Amino acid sequence: MELSLTTRAVGRHTVLAVGGEIDVYTAPQLRSELIRLADAGFAHIVVDMERVDFLDSTGLGVLVGALKRARAAGGSVELVSSQPKILKIFNVTGLEKVFNIHASVDEAVAAG
Amino acid sequence: MRTVRLAFSPTPAHVRTARLVAVATARNAGVAEGILDEIRLAVGEACSRAVSLHVQHKRSELVEVEFTDGPRFEVVVRDSAPADQALHADLAVTSPFVAGPAFAETESEEEVAAGVGLALLTGLVDDVTVTPATDRDGTVVRMTWESAAR
Repeated sequence: MELSLTTRAVGRHTVLAVGGEIDVYTAPQLRSELIRLADAGFAHIVVDMERVDFLDSTGLGVLVGALKRARAAGGSVELVSSQPKILKIFNVTGLEKVFNIHASVDEAVAAG
Repeated sequence: MRTVRLAFSPTPAHVRTARLVAVATARNAGVAEGILDEIRLAVGEACSRAVSLHVQHKRSELVEVEFTDGPRFEVVVRDSAPADQALHADLAVTSPFVAGPAFAETESEEEVAAGVGLALLTGLVDDVTVTPATDRDGTVVRMTWESAAR
């Protein structure tokens, strides 16, 4: 099963909406898309995970990689999720301190 | 006690299959709905770990997973990677793993995934052990959850 990946511009931000299961199988698709956006000069990325059903450690690794690339280029990566099961994964791993996680795309765009 | 066994070639696509079977067998064992997501994630992490060990050590053997119901629902994941190296890599991850604010600057994507994978296993599962296999090369991840077995 493929990930659903759609991008749209909101002000200076590029919102990447992800749907499906981000795991060891699909994480490479997410990585390529994030690298494609970075290479194309889109520095401020919002990853909207509201339609993500599942997220594992490989997916988290890809998000951390994107954050590192963005910071090195003077950009940003903001995350959006209000799902308890997704938020719990960030809490358990301590990654909630590494990422800014917002309840909505509007909030993420306003913050980043 | 009833058992379901699954063996799969060490490729990422089949980790999803293992997760699906995990949820189906856990539900059948009477595990509370509220912890099915945790089981799905933990089994996925244990199987991802096994697959990446096989890839890393070029082992083509099948990854084996066994689901057993009983007073507790038990999942056992067996890989065929060299146990000493695999366990050494596990121990190299800071324990307990908690990412600090500077974390994103220092760790590679793979290091993040390995550390986070173990953090999820140990953080989500009360009862989890990783031990060397006794009958062959490999490690064994054993996890159990409370169930209402019939």
